[in-house]
Amino acid sequence: MIHQYKLNGYNIVLDVCSGAVHAVDEIAYDIISLFETETKEEICTKIGAAYPAVSAEEIAECYDQVAELKEEGLLFAPDTFASMAGDLKNKTAGVVKALCLHVAHTCNLNCSYCFASQGNYHGDRGVMSFEVGKRALDFLIENSGTRHNLEVDFFGGEPLMNFQVVKDLVAYARSIEKQHNKNFRFTLTTNGVLIDRDVIDFANKEMSNVVLSLDGRKEVHDRYRVDYAGKGSWEKIVPKFQQLVKAREGKNYYMRGTFTHQNPDFLEDIKQMLDLGFRELSMEPVVCEPGAESALTAADKEIVMDQYEKLAELMLKKEKEGDPFTFYHYMIDLNDGPCIYKRISGCGSGTEYMAVTPWGDLYPCHQFVGDESFRMGDVWTGVTNTALRQEFKDCNVYARPECADCWAKLYCSGGCAANAYHATGSVKGVYQDGCDLFRKRMECAIMLAVAREDQ
Amino acid sequence: MKHIKTLKTRNLCSKQGGCGECQTSCQSACKTSCGVANQKCESKNK
Repeated sequence: MIHQYKLNGYNIVLDVCSGAVHAVDEIAYDIISLFETETKEEICTKIGAAYPAVSAEEIAECYDQVAELKEEGLLFAPDTFASMAGDLKNKTAGVVKALCLHVAHTCNLNCSYCFASQGNYHGDRGVMSFEVGKRALDFLIENSGTRHNLEVDFFGGEPLMNFQVVKDLVAYARSIEKQHNKNFRFTLTTNGVLIDRDVIDFANKEMSNVVLSLDGRKEVHDRYRVDYAGKGSWEKIVPKFQQLVKAREGKNYYMRGTFTHQNPDFLEDIKQMLDLGFRELSMEPVVCEPGAESALTAADKEIVMDQYEKLAELMLKKEKEGDPFTFYHYMIDLNDGPCIYKRISGCGSGTEYMAVTPWGDLYPCHQFVGDESFRMGDVWTGVTNTALRQEFKDCNVYARPECADCWAKLYCSGGCAANAYHATGSVKGVYQDGCDLFRKRMECAIMLAVAREDQ
Repeated sequence: MKHIKTLKTRNLCSKQGGCGECQTSCQSACKTSCGVANQKCESKNK
């Protein structure tokens, strides 16, 4: 399977199964589009008619170059991966390597677009005790097998509303990791309101990544990200984020925004982040009920698609100016990216990754928390809903018939189970709008790799 | 004349890998969508 597209002046051919990326001229582009359905003679005749200034020898030579790539397995490589789709999860069955600790189901902001329903996930407000968190870390170690790196996200609600427990849990993890031959990697996601010198020092010492929520322009951010008095948070948090990022020497963070129906022109928000001095950026489409005030419409989607292209162009421009920035979804690594097993295994939710509520309940991921039917067990007794775990274990790129002919399937691994569930009622469904945006992002990311090679 | 420039990429058809040491897919930034392409391979046996 191949995917051909033209973007930013480049003709790009992706060979889906080998992962090869080719930048080609117009003649090769057209030959490749005919290669699997017509004979050499037919193709050469057609291309000769379309490009009268090009000699027959030149066209034949180009055809041979295409044929050679096919011979080398770098074009039209067959999909031979279906039988391997369950291998990685079978090999690591029962191994848990990452937990999302919901240390606070409460928040000091009242953002109406929040997928976590202002932090309480449609349930009671509450914070995680040290005892529950400690048990969660013990559960992770006990179930992590030979896996060395263990990931723990401090999430909420707003995790800094339970900062002392966060600190105590990190101290506990550090005290036991060596004896178990483990290495904890912590991430903190915060709205910034409670950031102070103490938080900055702690985060920079212990957090391998921090995710900072900022939606970009002040008027965009303050529309949703307000406190309980309805006051916008932009002015309060931006200086704190700047201080934190500076102390982190500008590394290992994401300025993470959400775009909604109010700002499908999210590139303006990216530019605002750049103006504020931030360089590691992520902007995500809102996750909400269809028809909600913040929900993206079909018209918004067209704008967003265009914004993704313009974002890629801006990145190249800034790179040329010596002032580069990163965008989370465009950071594909063609040389050192994930292996094929990872690419076909699905996201890992409900198997190697689970979310833990403040009361110690286990859910497949943070986006399922609050839906009792997805409760998997708890950190004391482990996973008791083994049928549910099996359902997530079976979730992979080959479990979704809609993915069979999708060129991007080895880049998304079948997509987000939560998005699929909310869109279709099944974790093995497909969230089409999300897929469309994902494919556009991958086209842009691959184009960036081609452009960088060209420079 | 060369009509095709092929970028250096990891050949997926070699079917190497599967150690499972890499991050889970949704962790470090997005939390609301899934992608694996931007994740680093953490295998020590490459």
